[in-house]
Amino acid sequence: MKIRLDNVIKTFDTFRAVHGVSLEIESGELVALLGPSGSGKTTILRMVAGLEYADGGHIHFGDQDATDIPVRNRGVGFVFQHYALFPHMTVAENIGFGMSVSKVKRSKAEIAARVRQLLALVRLDGLGDRFPGQISGGQRQRVALARALAVDPKVLLLDEPFGALDANVRHDLRRWLREIHQELGITTIFVTHDQEEALDLADRVVILKEGRIVQQGTPQEVCRDPRDPFVLKFLGDANRLTGEVRAGRAIAGGAEIAAPGVADGPAEIFARPRDLDWSESGPGVAATVTRVLDRPGERRVIALAGTGEPLEFDVEPERAIVAGEAGFVTLRRAKVFSLA
Amino acid sequence: MSHTRHGRKPPRVGDHPLFRRSLIGIVLVLGALLILAPLIVIGVEAFRQGWQAYIATLAHPDTRHAIMMTVVTALIAVPVNTAFGIAAAWSITKFDFPGKRLLLVVIEIPFSVSPIVAGVAYLFVYGLQGLFGPWLDQHDIKILFALPGIVLASMFVTAPFVARELIPLMQAQGRDLEEAATSLGASGWRTFLAVTLPNIKWALLYGVVLCNARVMGEFGAVSIVSGNIRGQTNTLPLHIELLYHDYQAAGAFASASILAVIAVFTIIAKVALERRGAGRRKVLASPPASEGTRP
Amino acid sequence: MKRHVLPGLRLSLGLTLFYVGLIVVLPLAALAVKAASLGPADYWSIVSSPRAVASYRVTVLAALGATVFNLFFGLALAWVLTRYRFPGRRIVDAMVDLPFALPTAVAGISLTALFSVHGWFGAALAPLGISVAYTPLGILVAMTFTSLPFIVRTVQPVLEDLDPALEEAAQSLGGSDFTIFRKVILPLLSPALLAGTSLSFARSLGEFGAIIFIAGNQPMKTEITALLIFIRLEEYDYQAAAAIASVLLIAAFLMLAVTNALQARALRYTVKG
Repeated sequence: MKIRLDNVIKTFDTFRAVHGVSLEIESGELVALLGPSGSGKTTILRMVAGLEYADGGHIHFGDQDATDIPVRNRGVGFVFQHYALFPHMTVAENIGFGMSVSKVKRSKAEIAARVRQLLALVRLDGLGDRFPGQISGGQRQRVALARALAVDPKVLLLDEPFGALDANVRHDLRRWLREIHQELGITTIFVTHDQEEALDLADRVVILKEGRIVQQGTPQEVCRDPRDPFVLKFLGDANRLTGEVRAGRAIAGGAEIAAPGVADGPAEIFARPRDLDWSESGPGVAATVTRVLDRPGERRVIALAGTGEPLEFDVEPERAIVAGEAGFVTLRRAKVFSLA
Repeated sequence: MSHTRHGRKPPRVGDHPLFRRSLIGIVLVLGALLILAPLIVIGVEAFRQGWQAYIATLAHPDTRHAIMMTVVTALIAVPVNTAFGIAAAWSITKFDFPGKRLLLVVIEIPFSVSPIVAGVAYLFVYGLQGLFGPWLDQHDIKILFALPGIVLASMFVTAPFVARELIPLMQAQGRDLEEAATSLGASGWRTFLAVTLPNIKWALLYGVVLCNARVMGEFGAVSIVSGNIRGQTNTLPLHIELLYHDYQAAGAFASASILAVIAVFTIIAKVALERRGAGRRKVLASPPASEGTRP
Repeated sequence: MKRHVLPGLRLSLGLTLFYVGLIVVLPLAALAVKAASLGPADYWSIVSSPRAVASYRVTVLAALGATVFNLFFGLALAWVLTRYRFPGRRIVDAMVDLPFALPTAVAGISLTALFSVHGWFGAALAPLGISVAYTPLGILVAMTFTSLPFIVRTVQPVLEDLDPALEEAAQSLGGSDFTIFRKVILPLLSPALLAGTSLSFARSLGEFGAIIFIAGNQPMKTEITALLIFIRLEEYDYQAAAAIASVLLIAAFLMLAVTNALQARALRYTVKG
């Protein structure tokens, strides 16, 4: 099912949560809505589900205008952040709920068979008789997914699907959700504030800030070509240097890097920790090492540039470097934004 | 479609306008008939014979004596009950000891016991045919058919009032603050006054208000232990019954109006205290009798 | 027992046990002793006398009627107060406590005034051939009034705390309003409903003050058990009073036990397995 949002607006009391968002999601696509809290991502998801109504604009499911269709008729599967499993029903009853209340009458045996199938799909065979309070968080998450899938939704919507889980469980479930998506091919949108999760899982990432889309694209596109400093910083650690662009080259202190297409004048230069290097002699940004943190794969160096800007970068594990050492930071790769 | 559809919310269960309006209508009508009408009729009946008759009833020595009895009873029973409630809540929430669950159940018993049963039970302790009756009679100590009996019976019916407000709250607050205070060298009393009390004061007051209302209005238990002696052991509720059965309905309603006004003030105090966070029951995840125990 | 960090166990527990012992346990024990001092045959003949049995009948039936009415009305009231916003909601919410705050004797004379033949309601009902005052219906009305807040006040907080996501989940799975109410909301309210129902029923069984004014108090017809105890006392028949009072006491304890068992059952899903 293809989904189209057309200039969608949502205001809560006096706070505008979503400002005219337009978005197209292709049938079978797996899309992440990524943004910090307050960016409107959950509100957008809830509007797609019909759990909130848009104040303005339209939401289309295929050719149908779904803007005003209530959630129960929209044919979406929704996985809630804290799962919202019915505590008084067993796992099997939870999964079978949608089928048992459906207008399409199914026999008990039919429902039971489908529940078994779904339990197998989410790898919870044999746990059908437990109550939600008696299983782990990761298992609850999978029950919630099975329950949403049981109604054969046209669209699957997940609100911070891994937010409440431990890091290692989260990792496994992420990969597994990707597999399920591949197997079932349902159009899927999920909301997350975790950029790693979005990049790992999604075909396309939609980055939101204060109720507006700032950039969307494949993980490759948004990582390689962030449109603005917000996206760049949100996607991962970055060092910021102020400098100047002259004739297609950005200059900060003694460091210099190509900045094709950036207008001349003052500019911000962003570089990931892996994209900076250290040398005892110039040219480069003069800096003094303040601390060295040893990590399994690399050494993280924290330094203070002569201009007063803090810098963080990684060097190879073998590299000898100590706090107090003075030297120069060079740019291997950077992204330059004009400040003009 | 216009672009000004501000504030629309998807309907929740039961939000269908027709259903919503009818349910509100039914509830309001029934509420007015069942709750409001009895309150209004008290006022109407009290003034049926005019202001003068109303004032005359309230000024009558028997009425004044009944008011005095009620106030004195409350002045004794409520503070004693409050002290008990605090002690019970402190021991139950700050310590673990065997039999704690049983103690909780016993404290709540008066809620499920008929006031008449309570009155009869007191008769068999302090009455002539009871446990201590003959001994008390020999030493000329009067408990039944006198103020002490009324106070004791009032204490029975209100025993759980303060404790049940404090226990869930103090349970939820845990012991950390008090343990910190004692570890810093504060004495037990100081810890209670400086650390515990500020956190429970509204709940405490809430319990006191409800306890007071019940003490002032108690009828069944008190009617058995008081002996109903006009001008001597009559509390206000008993005085109302006496007047009513004497075919002095207007007088009965005039006396009742005092208690009705107290009831309205009790409700106002209750609402005010609830705004400060008192009295909000925790979710009934455990049976009422074991509300204070941690699983 | 482990060592206690906080002071005051001895004082507070001592005071508590003394108070509970003196005020609650001692009188009930004295009542039990008195009732037990009757031989089994005497006891049985008192508690099974036709007049006593008739009083149980009218008390239990009226209490059942009042409780069932309050089950529906209380649930509706709790629902309206938590789910809807309308002018006067706060006042209605506060007024729900009136039956608790108003002394029972006051409620008794006021309900009698309303439902007697010349009263506002009595006069309206008379042409329909319904008389409330001095009939079993009057007992039911008085019990309904005095036990009205229990169900509202036990259900209301649970309804307020119900996670809206549960309802949303049920809606997203296609449930109709009625189905969601029946299969999701009602089961989650049931422990609270049960607690409120039991409190309401227990209160009605023991109610005295509000009833005696409106009931008419005719033996075998409109005489409740609590009143029969009172009458036996006035006749100086202390043994009979003790025996019948013990029946009410046992009924109260049974109610407590049954309620706890039913609640544990209703909440079995919260037990970690």
